[in-house]
Amino acid sequence: MKKILSIATLTALISSPLFAADEVKIGFVTTLTTGAASMGKDQENAVNLALEHIGNTMGGKPVKLIMADDGFKPEVGKQATDKLVKQDDVDFVAGYLWSHVLLASRKSVLDSGKFLISANAGPSAVAGKLCHKNFFSASWQNDQTPMAMGETLNKQGVKSIYVMAPNYAAGKDMVAGVERTFNGEIVGKDLTKWGKDAQLDFSAELAKAKASGAEGLFVFYPGKAGGAFIKQYEQAGLRDTLPLYTVFTIDALSLPKLQEGGMKGVLGSQMTQFWSPDLDNETNTRFVADFRAKHGSYPSFYAAQAYDSIMLIKSAVDAVDGNLDDMDGMRAAMKTADFPSVRGKFSYGNNHMPIQNFYTRTVVEDKDGNWTTTIDETVLENHQDIYAANCSM
Amino acid sequence: MTTTTSARPDHRQNRNTETTRLLLVSALLVLILAILPTVLYLTGHTFWLDIFTRLVILAIAAVGLNLILGLGGMVSFGHAAYIGLGAYAVGIPAYHSTYGGMDAIATYNGFFHLALALTVSALFALVTGIISLRTRGVNFIMITMAFAQMMYYAIVSLETYGGDDGLTIDVRSEFPIISLDDPLTLYAVSFISLIIIVFLVHRISNSRFGLTLQGARSNEERMLAIGVNCYKYQLAAFVMSGVICGYAGFLLGNFTTFISPEMMDWTRSGEIMIMVILGGATFLWGPVIGAIVFIILEYVLSEVTVYWHLPFGLLLIFSVLFLRNGLASVLQRSHSQAGKGQ
Amino acid sequence: MEFSLLLIQLLNGLQLGILLFLLSAGLTLTFGIMDFVNLAHGALYMLGAFFCASLTLYTGSFILAILLALPLTALAGYLLEKLVVQHLYDRNHLDHVLATFGLILCIDTIVHIIWGPQGIAIPLPAWLSGQVELFDGVVLPSYRLLIIGVGLLAAAGLYVLVNHTRLGMLIRAGASNRKMVGALGVDITALFSGVFALGAALAGLAGMLIAPITEASIGMGSDIIITTFVVIIIGGIGSMKGAFLAALLVGLIDTFGRSFLDDFFKLLMSTEAAETAAPAVSAMLIYILMAIILAFRPQGLFPPLSR
Repeated sequence: MKKILSIATLTALISSPLFAADEVKIGFVTTLTTGAASMGKDQENAVNLALEHIGNTMGGKPVKLIMADDGFKPEVGKQATDKLVKQDDVDFVAGYLWSHVLLASRKSVLDSGKFLISANAGPSAVAGKLCHKNFFSASWQNDQTPMAMGETLNKQGVKSIYVMAPNYAAGKDMVAGVERTFNGEIVGKDLTKWGKDAQLDFSAELAKAKASGAEGLFVFYPGKAGGAFIKQYEQAGLRDTLPLYTVFTIDALSLPKLQEGGMKGVLGSQMTQFWSPDLDNETNTRFVADFRAKHGSYPSFYAAQAYDSIMLIKSAVDAVDGNLDDMDGMRAAMKTADFPSVRGKFSYGNNHMPIQNFYTRTVVEDKDGNWTTTIDETVLENHQDIYAANCSM
Repeated sequence: MTTTTSARPDHRQNRNTETTRLLLVSALLVLILAILPTVLYLTGHTFWLDIFTRLVILAIAAVGLNLILGLGGMVSFGHAAYIGLGAYAVGIPAYHSTYGGMDAIATYNGFFHLALALTVSALFALVTGIISLRTRGVNFIMITMAFAQMMYYAIVSLETYGGDDGLTIDVRSEFPIISLDDPLTLYAVSFISLIIIVFLVHRISNSRFGLTLQGARSNEERMLAIGVNCYKYQLAAFVMSGVICGYAGFLLGNFTTFISPEMMDWTRSGEIMIMVILGGATFLWGPVIGAIVFIILEYVLSEVTVYWHLPFGLLLIFSVLFLRNGLASVLQRSHSQAGKGQ
Repeated sequence: MEFSLLLIQLLNGLQLGILLFLLSAGLTLTFGIMDFVNLAHGALYMLGAFFCASLTLYTGSFILAILLALPLTALAGYLLEKLVVQHLYDRNHLDHVLATFGLILCIDTIVHIIWGPQGIAIPLPAWLSGQVELFDGVVLPSYRLLIIGVGLLAAAGLYVLVNHTRLGMLIRAGASNRKMVGALGVDITALFSGVFALGAALAGLAGMLIAPITEASIGMGSDIIITTFVVIIIGGIGSMKGAFLAALLVGLIDTFGRSFLDDFFKLLMSTEAAETAAPAVSAMLIYILMAIILAFRPQGLFPPLSR
C-alpha cells in the first residue's frame, strides 16, 4: 500500500510544476468524455485554432493551455477546476458548457483571485446576484436566446405554441425566457426527464403536442437529445402541421448527422442565436473558413464561443504587456470588449455579460450541399439580459 | 484496540497473531493518512490535501456501508442518498441564512447542521429500512436503489435549492474554536472521524449485536430457531449505517461547498459499493483501502489520458478475477470478525 | 381527455414496453439460470446499436444491417462470456457487480475510441419513415408499429423456444435448479454460453430498434440498465412471463405518467405546483411501483417455482 501511495506521490511531484515558467497559463474546462464529448471536442478544436491564429503568444509570452474534463458532472468539474487553480496555478480558467458545472466551480476560481471566463453556460445567478468582478462571459445569459425566439414568434404572427424542454434549471430558464416575450398563448408544456438517464423517446409528448392544436412547437434539447428529438419529430410527420422553433437544439454538430440520416424535416426550421457561421465580419469569415479547412465541418456555436474566450483573454494580456500581476489592468481591458469577436462588435454590461444582437436563423443547404444555418434578420438589437439589474457591480 | 475474551483457548494463539496483524495494518494506515497529506500540503501541494480529504470522507461512507454489507450481508445500492441528505442538511439551512426565508432552520450553526443531518438520515433509513428489509438478496439491492432514486428526483424537483443545478454553500458550518474553512482543520476533523468510526465498527462487530448480525447473514432460519428475531437487529444496523453515511455527507457538503442531486445518483451509490468490494468487505480496513485505491487511481489515471476508464475498468476486472476477497486480502489474511469462515 | 390520444399513448407505452422486454429477457435468463448479475447487459444493447448503425451506413440497407448485426452482437456476447463472465459464476453477486461495472467502463471507452464521442444516426428507408393512420385520428409513425411487431414476434419466438424445445426445457430446468441440470449430465458450460449469447442478441436487437429513433450513443446502455433491472425484479427473477408482463406494465405506467400526470395533478393543486410536481413524480413512478410491489410481494410478481 505504501508503495502505491509513494508512486502516486512521485507522479504528482513530477507532474506539478514547482518552477514558475514565464508563460500565460490557461485552464479550459469542458466535457471530453461521455456522450457530450463531441461538444467539448468542438471547443477544444476552436481553442487550438485560436491559439494558432495568435501564434500561441499573448503579451509577448507563450501560452500554455491545460484542457480539463468535467465528465458532464458538477462535482467532477469542480474538482478539475480546483486542480487547475491549486496545482497548475493557471492565470485564467475558461470553458464550462453546463450551467450547473459553472455554478459548482465558480467559487473555487473567484476565491483564489483568478479570472473566470464562461465559454457557454450563462445561468441567471451569475448574471444577477452572484455577479463578480473577475467573471466574464464570452457567450450569453440563458434567458436571452429564448426571449429572442419569443419575439420572432410574435413577428411571424404565431398565435399559440406548445413548449417542450428538459426538466432542469437551464430548461426552465429557456421556457421562462420564451414565456417572457411571447404574446400568444402557450397551450401546453412538457418538462421531460433529464440527467443521467434522460428521456430520449418523446412519442408521448409529441402526440400531446399534436393533439393540442398549437400553431408552433418550441423546444430546447441540447446535445444528443436534440438529434433524437428532431428525428422523432420527422418520423411523426409533424413538419407540415406543427412548425418547429428551437433554441440550442440544432447546431453544427447535429446537422451533419441529421443530413446523414436524411431528416429533411429540419430544413427550414427556425432558431435564434447570437451568432451564425455566415455572420458577415472579417474575424468570423476567417474563423469559419480555417475551422472548416482543418476539421471538415462547420464550427458549432460552442466552438465560436471558445474561440472568442481565447481572444478575450489575449486582449487582456496584451493590454498589460504580459504583466499577469496587473489584475486591474486586465479587468479594465476585458470590460471594453475590444477584441476581434466572431460575433462582431459588442459591449459588456455592468455584470460582465455581453450586450449583443440576436438573430433569427434558418436551416438551409449551402452551395456545396452541406446543411447549415443562415441569418434571416436581427430580432433583438444590443440586447441586455434582465438580471443585470440584480447585480450590485 | 481490544482483545476479545471469548476466544476458545486452542484458538488463542491464532487470535493473537490476528490481533497483532490487525494492529499493524491499522497503525500503518493511520500513519500514512496522518502524515502524507499534511506533508504534501505543507510542501505546497495543496490539491493533494483536497484529494485526501475527499478520500477520507468517502472512506467514512464506505465503512458505514460495510457495517451492513460486510457484517450483515445486506447489500444496499442506495447509500448515496444518505450522503446527499447529509450534505443538504448543511446546504439548506446555510442557504436560508444567506438569502432569507424559513427562519426556523436558517442558521450557520454547525451543531444544528450536524444534528439535522444525522436525524434526517436516521429517519430516512428507518422508514425505507422497514420496507426494504422485507426483501432479500438482489431484490434488497434494487429496492434500496429505488428509494434512493425517489429521493434523487425529490431533490431535483426542489427548485428553490437549485434543482438539478445544485446549490453552492457560501458559508461552511460554524463551530466554536475550530474553523472548517481551514483545509488542514477540515482534513483533521475528517481523519479523526474516520478513525473513531472504524474503531466503533470494530467494537460493534465483536459485540453481541454484531455477532447476531453475522449470524443473520450466514443463516437467518437457524437464528430464528434459537429464538433471535433478526429483523430488528438488521433494522438497527441499517439505521446506524445510514447515519454514518449521513455524517459523511455532512463533511462532504462542507468540503466541496457545492451540493447537487448528482451526489445521490445510483452511480454514486455504486461507487461506494465498489470501494467496499474492491478493498474487501470482510476486512475491517477493506473499505478504507478500497476508497484510497479508487480515488488515487481515478485521479492519477485521468491525469494521463481521457480514456482512463479503460485501464480503470480493466483493473477492476482483474482485481475480481485474481484477488478473491479484495485488495485487503493481500495485506491481512483474516480479520477481527468472529465466526467468519465457519 | 380524448379517446384517440389515449389510444396513441397506449401504443406508445406498448412500444416502450416491448423494447424493455427484449432487454430484460436476456438479463432475466442470465440472472435466473446462471445466478449472474450482469450490469454490463446494457453495453450489449449499445454494441448492437453501433454495429447496426455502421452497417446501415456501409451497406445502405437498414434491414440487411440488422440481419448482419444480430449474429455480430451474439458473438460479442459469446466472447464476453468466454473471456470474463465464465470465470465468475462461482463467485458472489458483489464480485459480479464489480467486474461487470469494470466491463461497462471498458466497453464504453472502446466504443468511444472506435466510433468517436458523437453518436451515429441511422437513416430509415422511405417505407418506414412515414406514418400510418390506424383509426380516425389515430396516426402513428410506421416505424413504431414495426418495433411493436418485431418485438411481439421475438417474444413469440422466445415463448416457443422456452416452452416447446429441448433447449427451452433445459433453460427452464436451469432456472429452477441449475445444480440438478448439471448433475444430469447436461453440458452446462455450453448451455450457459448459448444463453448468454442469446441474451446478448436480444439486447442488441433492442438497441438496433431504438437507434433510428434516438441514436447509437455512448452511455445509452448505462442509461437503460437500471430500468431493465426494475423490470426483471418486478417480474420475478428468472421468469420470462414475469419479464414480459412487467416490461409492458413499466412501459405503460411510464408513458401514461408522462402524458397525463400533469393534467391529473392540475385537478388537485395549482397549475404551477402541478407543473413542478408532475415531472418529478412521473420520473419516480417506476421506482414507486417497484417499491410497492416488493413491499407486498418480496419475490416479485411471478417468481419461478422452487427458488
